[in-house]
Amino acid sequence: MYWNTLLLALREMRRNLLRSTLTMLGIIIGVAAVITLVTLGRGATVHVASEIAGLGSNLLHLRPGSRNRGPGGISGPIEPFSLADVKAVEREIGGVKAIAPIASKTLLTVYGNSNWSTRVNGTSNGYFAARNWAVSHGRPFTESELQSGRSVCILGATVRSELFDREDPLGASLRLGRVSCQVVGVLESKGQSPFGSDQDDQILMPLKAYQRRIAGNRDVNLIYVSAKRSELTVKVKRDIEQLMRQRRRIASDQDDSFNVRDMKEVAARVSSTTRTMTSLLGAVATVSLLVGGIGIMNIMLVSVTERTREIGIRLALGARERNVLLQFLVEAVVLSSVGGVSGIVLGVLSAWAGAGMLGVPLVLSAEIILIAFGFSALVGVVFGYFPARQAARLDPIQALRHE
Amino acid sequence: MSGAPLIELRSVYRIYGRGEAEIRALAAVDLAIHPGEFVAVMGASGSGKSTCMNIVGCLDTPTSGAYLFQGVDTGGLSRDQRALLRRHYLGFVFQGFNLLDRTTALENVELPLIYRGMQRSERHARARRALDKVGLAGRERHTPAELSGGQQQRVAIARAIVSEPAILLADEPTGNLDTQRSHEFMRLLVELNREEGLTVVMVTHEADMADYAQRIIRFRDGRVESDSTVESAA
Ligand SMILES: Nc1ncnc2c1ncn2[C@@H]1O[C@H](COP(=O)(O)OP(=O)(O)O)[C@@H](O)[C@H]1O
Ligand SMILES: [Mg+2]
Repeated sequence: MYWNTLLLALREMRRNLLRSTLTMLGIIIGVAAVITLVTLGRGATVHVASEIAGLGSNLLHLRPGSRNRGPGGISGPIEPFSLADVKAVEREIGGVKAIAPIASKTLLTVYGNSNWSTRVNGTSNGYFAARNWAVSHGRPFTESELQSGRSVCILGATVRSELFDREDPLGASLRLGRVSCQVVGVLESKGQSPFGSDQDDQILMPLKAYQRRIAGNRDVNLIYVSAKRSELTVKVKRDIEQLMRQRRRIASDQDDSFNVRDMKEVAARVSSTTRTMTSLLGAVATVSLLVGGIGIMNIMLVSVTERTREIGIRLALGARERNVLLQFLVEAVVLSSVGGVSGIVLGVLSAWAGAGMLGVPLVLSAEIILIAFGFSALVGVVFGYFPARQAARLDPIQALRHE
Repeated sequence: MSGAPLIELRSVYRIYGRGEAEIRALAAVDLAIHPGEFVAVMGASGSGKSTCMNIVGCLDTPTSGAYLFQGVDTGGLSRDQRALLRRHYLGFVFQGFNLLDRTTALENVELPLIYRGMQRSERHARARRALDKVGLAGRERHTPAELSGGQQQRVAIARAIVSEPAILLADEPTGNLDTQRSHEFMRLLVELNREEGLTVVMVTHEADMADYAQRIIRFRDGRVESDSTVESAA
């Protein structure tokens, strides 16, 4: 009996193939949109999370300047850090894996006929451990280079390809502004940061050399601190804050004149933003599913009117109300769920294409696919019920007379 | 006639409309039909024949009076219970054939059996037998559009008898057939009546067709005008 009803519904759909397809289009588009948007949203979240992890493990950013800078920008001058601050953190704070001071400036770099504007970072060898980054060609700085302030540098992958093309840069001498420096290494490529900038577009040199030859001062603008273990970041952050308040003699009623940012927090914030976007887009897609449902209701009402005589015949031959109700309900559900399955296929395909285009991983979730399918079937039940009841309640005599 | 009647109408009224516009389609109809009878119902157009058939067929209910089926008053039955009564005891043949379009003869005939919840193989076997009985063996796969009017009406009979009903109700079944097909159709009904003991109630306004019946009931203005048993059928 149920099997027959299902067969009947499929046959009815085949008979009006064009009409059925057009009717299903709303559901197809709705489901495909839900699947695509949610899948891409999740892919983006995963992508951003892994990128942020790639910035460095358990990384803290210590910057001068209050965290609560007003909209008017800087309130008062920002007091930069010094090498003494770096040493103090190294000495006083437990649970630290690596520490790297940064002072930087954007400069025009020249090699032969090529030039390229890039960020020059003065730092220490701690940079590689803190940022989870390796020198892929050449070597890190030597202890004597760091101490003496010799003018050597390590190139980011982008700078290397911009200035040297296929030439081996090791040992070459290039100009950073007015200073010349010798290339000792090239960093492995890291690609875009989660915030969209090219991380490979930079040059590293020993902090001392940078301060003496380029900056002309002893300032440190940023300190990377990476904790030994993930659980330690909160404690390390708190300890650093305490230490810096002491060192800067900040009174207990005053705000910090520096800020420590946990990249994990940033990651969490970014993925929660993507999640919000995802659910927003999902809601938009849901609306199109509802519109699809109304389309189904419309076509089912037309179908009931067209098939009034058939209904009359069935009632005369002994169909009960529930038999007729079920027949039309199943037709609506078949329409909407065939639409749902087509939409899932289409959605997965377009999510796959979109993920490839955006460079995010394809995170298919069975859960979302099941929900989309369940929702489309539900749309069939909800919007098919009224027309089906209309059919079931027909008066057999009137229905048989219907032309 | 002896024994309990199969169907019995007791002072049945069927009134359409109210007040000024009131139409008495049936008025004080008393009627009993016994198993195995072949009854023709005649009368002018608008005399209440179809109204009476609809009530007997449980498609409609009397405004007042009682309709007893196999001795049971149908007055208290719900819409659904009447559907079940049709499913198990009644077979219909309509003037306009009323077959499902784009559906094969076999599928049309097995339709009542589907509602009885019968297995597919048995349904098919029975539907084939019924089609064979009405002389349509070999036409199982034809759709109504591929069959002549006479053949369509035979499919309709096969559909009506496939569930072995207690009574076959036919409202002007030959109305859309030419004379020759009408006579063939009537001979088929007579055969089913004689050989299977099928009770037949048939509305017609053609005396030729009524002559096949054993009993003729005439309606006039919603009342039974005459009720006569024919001595020898054709
Ligand atoms: N649904 C209806 N509403 C109002 N009047 C009806 C309806 N059905 C039948 N009638 C009236 O009842 C009377 C009997 O109709 P009917 O039984 O169809 O006659 P017959 O079948 O003998 O031609 C007619 O006057 C007809 O107009
Ligand atoms: Mg009539």
